[in-house]
Formats: sequence, structure tokens, C-alpha cells
Amino acid sequence: MTMLKAEDLNVYYGPIHAVKGVSFEVNEGEVVTLIGANGAGKSTTLKTVSGLMHSRGGKIEFMGKSIASVPAHKIVQLGIAHVPEGRRIFTLMTVEENLDMGAFTANTADVEADKERVFELFPRLKERRKQIAGTLSGGEQQMLAMGRALMSKPKLLMLDEPSMGLAPILVEQVFDIIAELHKAGTTILLVEQNAEMALSIADRAYVMETGRITLSGTGAELAASEEVQKAYLGG
Amino acid sequence: MKFLAYLVSGISLGSIYAIIALGYTMVYGIAKMLNFAHGDVIMIGGYISFLAATNLGLPTLVSVLLAMVVCTVLGIVIEALAYKPLRSAPSLAVLITAIGVSYLLQNAALLIWGANPKSYTPVVEGTLHLFDGQLSVSYVSLLTVACCIVIMVGLTLFTNRTKMGKAMRACSEDKGAAQLMGINVNRTISLTFAIGSALAAIAGALLCSFSPTLMPTTGAMPGIKAFTAAVFGGIGSIPGAFLGGILLGVIEALAKGYISTQLSNSIVFAVLIIILLVRPAGLLGKNTQEKV
Repeated sequence: MTMLKAEDLNVYYGPIHAVKGVSFEVNEGEVVTLIGANGAGKSTTLKTVSGLMHSRGGKIEFMGKSIASVPAHKIVQLGIAHVPEGRRIFTLMTVEENLDMGAFTANTADVEADKERVFELFPRLKERRKQIAGTLSGGEQQMLAMGRALMSKPKLLMLDEPSMGLAPILVEQVFDIIAELHKAGTTILLVEQNAEMALSIADRAYVMETGRITLSGTGAELAASEEVQKAYLGG
Repeated sequence: MKFLAYLVSGISLGSIYAIIALGYTMVYGIAKMLNFAHGDVIMIGGYISFLAATNLGLPTLVSVLLAMVVCTVLGIVIEALAYKPLRSAPSLAVLITAIGVSYLLQNAALLIWGANPKSYTPVVEGTLHLFDGQLSVSYVSLLTVACCIVIMVGLTLFTNRTKMGKAMRACSEDKGAAQLMGINVNRTISLTFAIGSALAAIAGALLCSFSPTLMPTTGAMPGIKAFTAAVFGGIGSIPGAFLGGILLGVIEALAKGYISTQLSNSIVFAVLIIILLVRPAGLLGKNTQEKV
């Protein structure tokens, strides 16, 4: 079943046409990745889904309902959580307060249990629950950003460059966790510059270049494709 | 004993500055704008509580509560009409609009209530004499300091413990991320204006109890000074506003007592300049470091 369907998105930053007629879909239970170079429009596409940016024309449907005109603060209630690029945790608040913010729209009765679930996934966060988030290391901040998003118990988790700025061993860890979340039934839309890692876990993938989707296929197909090899995998 | 008397008057004056400064600092922290009309909301609060007490004969507490309600609504309306449409405009445009709103309120008050000063009846009367009458402290002073402490503690608990308070802190740091959490940023900004304006009404009643001449420009100078106090303490910081307000009041009172009444304002602002040269973010301000 199609969970998220975007059709003909056109997004502008002032006069700059950043996303040009992009269409894609994410089916329930899939890991879908958008790969491409810096400035290809991947992050903008995610921001448009979560309502931080708006498309001129086109359609965005989530679980069969149009969400193009739903304000950003109502998107999370529908079941879409967005881990933004650069993590954007609340650096002046404690780890636990960050998780509380993730649960802002959630049912208060479940918050403690949900926190425990996040702590199980990221034991480091439990050790540091009273610590000010800005003092965490980059890897821990990424875990906090993901944990914070999971507090809303999303049906669709959108991750923007979770590997950015992390040491290779931490990148592996982050991707292990994504795989684990997928196994537990979360649908995932992943934006990555690290094409190799992204394609290794993706069911399907789209390649974006200067605002357009230029290629699409299964993760394995694209990993084997000559064009992708040349442009993104250093083959 | 003289020193003690100056100190007491400084602390109570400073408490008023602190209450006003909290309004500036909260709005700045969340909306990242300087609401220069804040001082004039104090004046409106003064008039409402004055009229409620004198013309309607309401008890003091009820008139102050009425003033708080009116100012809260006024604050929300000002934000919605004047500032909200400028949310993504350059900060200079917002600043000029705030100055415009300030003049609008002053002139509206002039039109409605006239230029003649009104003589405000203090919210509490009487004086406490200490040390065989050598030190006298008015009950208004004591009430002001008590109000300031209660408000300060209340706001700290609110921002640290409640869900809405935490949401405010989240908005203050990153509005985009706050929206992704499901926080309605516009509503949070409105709430901040509401709280700041309700505090302005309290400050108005206390201020007019200290210096009982009430006129349309009554809020202007205390507004500027409280803004100075907020910057002094570190704008955006709640304990900073408190500390800045008290210090400013004490410096002003000591300057008035020992140096010159006429020069006291110049001395206050000179101290501000020196502090900002040494600590540009204010006494308790956060040095904003951009983490790449």
C-alpha cells in the first residue's frame, strides 16, 4: 500500500527553483532513499513533506489524504516524524527534555514507556538523560535527534543525512539502528549523500540531480548501475 | 543608614525594572524582536487600574486584575496585528513597527485620557519604620520586591517544568525544529506576549504607586530603562532580567543619592555601556556559538 505519494513538487527559495517537478512514492514497510550530491534538492523535498517548505502546485498524499496544506506543526500528529539535516536538537535543553519535546503531541500516559523504548535503542542517551544536549558528541546528538523523532511513534520516519559528520564506526551504528527500526515495522524515507550505505539498506531508491529525479529503481539495481557507480560510488 | 535607605529604594525600584525587563526578555527570547511598545503597555495598565479604582470604585486587587486582563488582550492583539505579518521580514522592519506601535499607544492614551497627569492612589499605603525611625520602608516597596520574587520564581518554574514552558524554550532555540515536534510556534509567541503584557500591567500599578503621576508618557522612560536592564543581565535570560533590573535600580538610587539626581540616568547608561564592552552578551547572557 502506498503510504506517501508526492507528485510534481516544485519548490522555490525566492527566485531559485530548488525542486523541479519531483514525484516519488513510499510504500508501507519500505526503506526508500533519496541520494544525490549536495544541493540536489533532497533536503528541500523532505522539508516540503513535513510542511516547513511549500510546493507550488503538485500533490502530497499521506495514507490517502492530501497533506500539502497541513501546517508543519500538525504533520507529526498524522504520523510523520522528520529528523532534520544537522540534527537540530535543542542544545540548551537536557537529553530528557529533548525527548519530552519529541513527545509534545503524544499521549502523556505513554511518554515514560516510550522513553524507555528509546533508551533501549540508544543506551548512551539513558546514561546522559540529565545532561545538556549541546554537550553531547556528534554521534550522541544524532542518536538524540532520532530518539526524539521516535517519541512521536511515527508511521513514517524521515531521516535527513543521519551519517553527516560522523566517524565511520558511528555511521555503521546509525545504519544498524535504521535497519532495526525497519524490521520493527517503521517505514523509512532516508536522504543520504553516503550512497553506498543508503543503497545497501534501501528497498528502493531515487537519484536526485539539480532538483530533478534522474534515476530510480531498487537499491540493488541502482547500486549495480553504471551511472550511479561512476557518480556516487567512486567506481 | 543613608546607604541602607538608598539600597532599599534601589532594590524596590529595581524590582519594577525587573518585572518589566522579564516582558522584554521573554518576547526577545522567543520572537527575537525588541518590543518597544512594552513600556506603553505598562502605561495602559496604569490607566486601566486607575480608572477601575477611581471611576468604577473597584477594590485595588480587582482593578489590577482587570488591568492584567486588558493588557493581556492588548498584547495578543498587538502581536497578531502588528508583528505576526512581519514574521519573515527583516528585523529592522519589525523594530520600526514596534516604535510605531509605541507612539500609537501613547497618542491613543493622549486622545482618550488627555495630557493632564492623573494622581494615582498607591495600591498599598503606609510605611514601615525601622531602627527607631531612622530607616523607613514603604509597604509599596515591600510589595514590589515580593511581587518581583514571586513572578521570577513562577516564570522559572513555568519554563523549566511545564510542557508549554519547555515548548517556549524549544521555540526560542529553533522554531523549525519546534514545528517538527508539533509545537504551534504562532500560538507560543502569542502566549509569550500575553504573559509579558500581564506582567506589564502589574508593573504599571506598582510603578504608579511609587511615582503617582500617571500620563501617556509614563511608561516610556521605565520601558527604556527596563530594556537596558534586560540587555544588562543578558537579553533572553530570565534570571538575567531579574539581576539586571535590581542592579540597575541600585545603581540609579546610589547615583541619585551620592552623585547627582540630574546625572543619575546618564550614570546608569554609562555603566551599561561599560558592562557591554566587557561582556557583550550581558551578565548572564549566553554567548551564542554557532556549531558547524
